[in-house]
Amino acid sequence: MFEALAGRLEETFSRLRGRGKLSPENIRETLREVRRALLEADVNYKVARDFIRQVEGRALGVTVLRSLSPGQQLVKVVHEALVELLGGETAQLAESAEIPTRILFVGLQGSGKTTTVAKVAARLKKQGKVVLLGAVDVHRPAAVDQLQTLGSGIGAQVYAEPGERDAAGVARRGWEQARKLGADYYLVDTAGRLQIDEAMMAELAQVRAAVDPHQILLVVDGLTGQEAVAVSEAFHERLTLAGVVLTKMEGDGRGGAALSTRAATGVPILFVGTGEGIEALEPFHPAGMASRILGMGDVLALVERAQETVDLEEAAQLQTRLAKEEFTLEHFLRQMREVRKMGPLEDLIKLIPGLGGKALKNVAVGEKDIGRVEAIVLSMTLHERRRPEILNGSRRKRIARGSGTSVQEVNRLLRDFDQMRRMFGRLRKGGKLPNAFQGLS
Amino acid sequence: MATLWKRVVDGMRKTRAVFGEGLQQVFQRSGKIDDSFYEELEEVLLGADVGLETAVSLRERFQRRVREAGVSEPEEAREFLREVVTETLARAAANDAPERGSPHVILIVGVNGVGKTTSIGKLAWHYQQAGLRPLVVASDTYRAAALEQLSIWAERAGAELIRSKPGSDPAAVAYDGISAARARGCGVVLVDTAGRLQTNRNLMAELSKIHRVLGKAEPGAPHEVLLVLDATIGQNALSQASLFSEAVEVSGIVLAKLDGSARGGVILAIADRLGIPVRYVGLGETLEDLAEFDPETFARALLEPPGRDAQN
Ligand SMILES: Nc1nc2c(ncn2[C@@H]2O[C@H](COP(=O)(O)OP(=O)(O)OP(=O)(O)O)[C@@H](O)[C@H]2O)c(=O)[nH]1
Ligand SMILES: Nc1nc2c(ncn2[C@@H]2O[C@H](COP(=O)(O)OP(=O)(O)OP(=O)(O)O)[C@@H](O)[C@H]2O)c(=O)[nH]1
Ligand SMILES: [Mg+2]
Ligand SMILES: [Mg+2]
Repeated sequence: MFEALAGRLEETFSRLRGRGKLSPENIRETLREVRRALLEADVNYKVARDFIRQVEGRALGVTVLRSLSPGQQLVKVVHEALVELLGGETAQLAESAEIPTRILFVGLQGSGKTTTVAKVAARLKKQGKVVLLGAVDVHRPAAVDQLQTLGSGIGAQVYAEPGERDAAGVARRGWEQARKLGADYYLVDTAGRLQIDEAMMAELAQVRAAVDPHQILLVVDGLTGQEAVAVSEAFHERLTLAGVVLTKMEGDGRGGAALSTRAATGVPILFVGTGEGIEALEPFHPAGMASRILGMGDVLALVERAQETVDLEEAAQLQTRLAKEEFTLEHFLRQMREVRKMGPLEDLIKLIPGLGGKALKNVAVGEKDIGRVEAIVLSMTLHERRRPEILNGSRRKRIARGSGTSVQEVNRLLRDFDQMRRMFGRLRKGGKLPNAFQGLS
Repeated sequence: MATLWKRVVDGMRKTRAVFGEGLQQVFQRSGKIDDSFYEELEEVLLGADVGLETAVSLRERFQRRVREAGVSEPEEAREFLREVVTETLARAAANDAPERGSPHVILIVGVNGVGKTTSIGKLAWHYQQAGLRPLVVASDTYRAAALEQLSIWAERAGAELIRSKPGSDPAAVAYDGISAARARGCGVVLVDTAGRLQTNRNLMAELSKIHRVLGKAEPGAPHEVLLVLDATIGQNALSQASLFSEAVEVSGIVLAKLDGSARGGVILAIADRLGIPVRYVGLGETLEDLAEFDPETFARALLEPPGRDAQN
């Protein structure tokens, strides 16, 4: 359903591309589509309205630069305004002079607080910090067990008083324990609560008083709809938040909640949760999120940059092949070479809509890697290049030797290739990649 | 019915405050019906997570009726909105009761943290009250302390429990659940599953497997597949509903956490575009906080101005 929208946006922008100048009418028409994109991404309707007004003012005031087409320019204005709204600078976890640094995690039921506490702890432990987790959720069945299980998985101590009903008391005694341990951090997990539940919000105020936290972080389900504004406003008003963590962002949620919470509170987004695993926590990138919310990557930039550099015939051929699901290592290699002409691969991947830089996260192909990719692929027989499934252990060893690389590198390349092949399969179904490349053929 | 009505209204107090009052403003504005009237109406719908497509479709249908009736005062048009919303919601009504199995097997699915395990606790209690001897099955073998949580709910509800080891095969656990239900003479089997995002292919395949295995253990099972949605959910609900349906043929929806200030308006979008019936709504964190979904009650609760519910 989002694909359709991204398509519409692309269409609108491309209509602009043919024109020499931005007129007030075509700006408005385009911004109507942008509003659509924001609403479909679950950006709060009031936030979307204000945003559009602001951008319209800016776009109408902009003098047309020669080097940019009007469409590009408008995309740039919208994108920049979004990035600005989402917070240009990346915010950090608190680190106080006095130990332990105390951080309180709050939010609605099921938003991901307990999991996020464990993820943040794992991160801090990696930096060599001593961390104590406070099991201050005295309401949810088995909340303490859950935190203890997660804590023991990462080797972090947990302070808990199973059966105790006084959350603030547990929180305070946990702090004492952290002091005794000489812990660098005391991370406090709290029960989920509705912001309209007066008694539960009062309990949270007591917990805050008991641990005097350096930072209070609101954990927000990244799939939240219009409600994100009311929730974050209420928590912020009551507790003065220092930041937000958005969870469950590895799926197809467009994450409009990021914009809503930010607009409602002005506090930065620190992290994005991208899975259930303990490592699945990433620093927040405003630019990537802006593209994702718009649901289009920076399609236009991709298409235009591609137009300038890619051999049109090759691209057309590639597309035909891709349509027949024949993506082989030879295409992989050719693709790498083409892509090298367009600029750093990572940048390009970020531009592909729907990927947001995620799908190929582990495909770290730098400029010099392409040379090695080339060597590896060229060390394969034609048959092997077309049917990589047949590459068993001994063939891989031979190829590594032949290309002056290691078996690990060969394995990595094959993994990347496989990922890419699947990605192309997926994109083809979603109609994304062909779209981006259609401009070429 | 009266108590249900009250529960839903209580639960939706906040929804009404926002949705109902927003509508109130639109319908009580001075002046005639004009374009800005329709635009304001559309915004109120959008603010309730109805989604753009459904908001536009509701608005157009409403507009057509208003024109046909030749109404020009906003207050007179209110009835038409209720009609349009009720009609849409009726598509989400559970028209026929699901076929009953013996044991009756219900598979509960949904994304992470939406309220699956809690809803199972509530459903188990509901069936326990009905004298059906429910058995709950811990097929979430992944999430930390999922079993401990479920076993507390089973105890509260007085239901039997099939345990599992962390990391064990959830489909095998589900299979054991059905055998145990037969051996123990349990009338209802509720299978809890781990939360998963609908875009995770491996986990969705795992879910299909659980579904298949249940069918092998008991022909016709699962008799119901309930997708739990969080009432604060936005437009991603549509993707969830369609991808979960692809994997396991969702037969109904549980809309949990409707006691929040969430609109749950996304139900209108699901009714409008997917037609999956809503079976239950979750209204809190205790055993009793579950109500059967009734579209008319829901529509009235959404649309009626605050303070008018007392006489119902
Ligand atoms: N897919 C995905 N699941 C997540 C993420 N973060 C948390 N979860 C899952 O979401 C569910 C709820 O997470 P919890 O950490 O228990 O949430 P909570 O806010 O502590 O819940 P309560 O204590 O009941 O309010 C669990 O199944 C987690 O594994 C994420 O980034 N991605
Ligand atoms: N206010 C309110 N909270 C609810 C409701 N249903 C569930 N919850 C809470 O939501 C949180 C998550 O509920 P769970 O039942 O653990 O959700 P789940 O879908 O099983 O989560 P995972 O197994 O981690 O995917 C818990 O804190 C529940 O108490 C409801 O109807 N109203
Ligand atoms: Mg928790
Ligand atoms: Mg569960």
